[in-house]
Amino acid sequence: MALAARPGTGDSGLSRWANAHRKWLFAAPAMIFVAALIIVPLAWTIYLSLTDSQGSVRAEAEFIGIGNYTSILTDTTRFWPAVWRTFAFTGVTLTAELILGMGIALLLWRPFKGERFVRVAVLLPLVATPVAVGMMWRLIFDPNIGFANSVLGAVGIPPQPWLAGESTALPTTMLIDIWQWTPMVVLILLAGLTSLSEEPQEAAKIDGANAWQRFRHVTLPLLMPTVIVAVLLRGIDALKTFDILYATKGKGGGSFHEVETLNVYAYGLSFDYNEYAKSSAVLMVFFLIIIGAMWVLTRRRDEV
Amino acid sequence: MRRTVPLSLALAVALTTGLSACGGGDSGTAGGAGGGGSKTLRVTLANHPWTDTIKKSLPDFEKESGLKVEVNQLAEDQLSDQYNVKLNAGTDEIDVMMYRPLQEGKLFAKNKYLAALPDSLKNDADWDFKDFQKGPADAVTYNGKVVGAPIITEREVLYYRKDLLTKSGLTVPTTLDELQTAAAKLKADNPGVAGFVARTGKSAAVTQFSSFLFSFGGDFDADGKATLDTDQAKKAYSMYGGLIKNSGPANVSTDMSWQQAMAIFTQGQAALYTEADSLYKNATDPAKSKVADTVGFAVFPAGPAGSKPYNIPSWALGVNAASKNGDNAWKFIKWATSKAMVATMQKAGNPGPRESVWASADGISTYPKDLAEAIKKSAAGGVGHDRPLVVRVAKAREIVGQPIVDAITGADVAASVKKAQDAYSAFLAEDK
Repeated sequence: MALAARPGTGDSGLSRWANAHRKWLFAAPAMIFVAALIIVPLAWTIYLSLTDSQGSVRAEAEFIGIGNYTSILTDTTRFWPAVWRTFAFTGVTLTAELILGMGIALLLWRPFKGERFVRVAVLLPLVATPVAVGMMWRLIFDPNIGFANSVLGAVGIPPQPWLAGESTALPTTMLIDIWQWTPMVVLILLAGLTSLSEEPQEAAKIDGANAWQRFRHVTLPLLMPTVIVAVLLRGIDALKTFDILYATKGKGGGSFHEVETLNVYAYGLSFDYNEYAKSSAVLMVFFLIIIGAMWVLTRRRDEV
Repeated sequence: MRRTVPLSLALAVALTTGLSACGGGDSGTAGGAGGGGSKTLRVTLANHPWTDTIKKSLPDFEKESGLKVEVNQLAEDQLSDQYNVKLNAGTDEIDVMMYRPLQEGKLFAKNKYLAALPDSLKNDADWDFKDFQKGPADAVTYNGKVVGAPIITEREVLYYRKDLLTKSGLTVPTTLDELQTAAAKLKADNPGVAGFVARTGKSAAVTQFSSFLFSFGGDFDADGKATLDTDQAKKAYSMYGGLIKNSGPANVSTDMSWQQAMAIFTQGQAALYTEADSLYKNATDPAKSKVADTVGFAVFPAGPAGSKPYNIPSWALGVNAASKNGDNAWKFIKWATSKAMVATMQKAGNPGPRESVWASADGISTYPKDLAEAIKKSAAGGVGHDRPLVVRVAKAREIVGQPIVDAITGADVAASVKKAQDAYSAFLAEDK
């Protein structure tokens, strides 16, 4: 009697079943969560992308197979330029942010006077809301009444179109992104640097390595895992940038779609055109691109 | 183990992106639980001076009806997205919705998002549906059924700087040719000040371009056929784009909606400006405008076909077809669009849709004299639409707006018009 009442060792049907299947039981909450929040929406998106749904998702939609995919993959006016812009944006911002971030992180690495103040100041752009940042830069870069052109005017440079120009808009948004997100790279790299041990550095110093050699052959290889984390996090974030582009150029990425990346394009298809099927197809392609990019990066990490 | 951490993290981040962007397609079908026919009325309104004014009167309605009104207020674009997401999911969380009859009206009605006006209200003599101006009343009618009540109307008028015109010895332009000459002279006489400004965004400019198009005798389409490549339309594109290219602000952006164009005008950096009359307070309010004392208003300049500004209802109130609180929702609309309320709103600076209010001296008592005059004339000869009358308006606007920005940036207008004509023809063929 006393034995049967002890919890956990009961021989009733339920507890025996639970005991036998405990790996499923304990994993169930997480699995249900994943299914509800990731797999179901993903499956729904895939389904939508194979139909001709538009206007309203509750309206009748016909199953049309891969028609949406062929139509977007052959679309050279909106889709492929958007792909190109997505990669250009990510490539440029990521490279600039890594170089600048590494430089700043190395400068902030060693203790110095006023260190706290400088660290906080450097991190400030990070805490601002991207939409607010977009609005702020939009005012600064206004070609007629903006601050940027007043500054340029003061040193004798003619006013620039900045966000207003067809060819200057994308580089300008890159500049904003670099301004906002370099601090995050600094933060990650600084964390990595602080955790490095001093001994290899000292050994290299004794062997007569100069500052560049120490960086190139000691610090950087040791820091590589952290750099990869920074690249992954920032890279994926940059690929899916939306807020800065939307806040500065609005729907469709400007009158000539000059800053329209895949994310902005998919948003426009959904919310402007109500073409849900096509938008889902673009998102699926985008999703595969991100998975692919991640795969390439993590594979490189194995080699390092 | 260490290797998998960033990978799984990255995977999670990536998944969230792909999916959050398509939230419109899958956000919950759960809807609001309970509360059907309740005493709480959920009203979704746009950021607009009209909204600010009506909010002050809400306590009166609450006292009179015993209902509690919950207002959800959003900016235009966010409002549109919100409707897309919520109405798509069949929500009953919205009872009364403020919407743009010409922008979303057809789509919403086609998707059966909008409830039909009950006969009891339609035949109500006090409320008097027949008192609404014809254009606005047509715009809220879908397949013979009334699905909303107009609240704000607007027409395109000419905003001008009295001081700059006097300085250059010019009179107020009454034709588009005069407008062109005046804009050029004003720019030459006042370095750093644009002769003319107007919206330049591909989609935003379409509505303000429409009056140019109509005044040249053109339209976006006729009998279901695209008419963008007619002589009239080509001239209108060249005129609008040319005005901004030649006499507009230096380094002009091609993203300007009314906020940006209005800012240039109210900062004193432009002499002539064509814009919707319902925004006039931005120019005459000294707190918002540096040129409040010197701004004048005139009827839209005449083209070869006369002065043909649009006269449209920019906003209306409708009832969500899935709302469980329909009766109370219509009660609210009846109150908000009653003759007395429309008069109150109109005096506060929101041009209304009721003929009786425009006809009364009281209804126009708070308007600048020249503006009231211009509005009356515009309403008489006005055209009932300012954008293509189609289901997928957002897409159509981008197509017909492309030649505008091409004309502004100095690209080949003829080639751009031809492209737009082809694209718009294809669009019309499948827009049902």
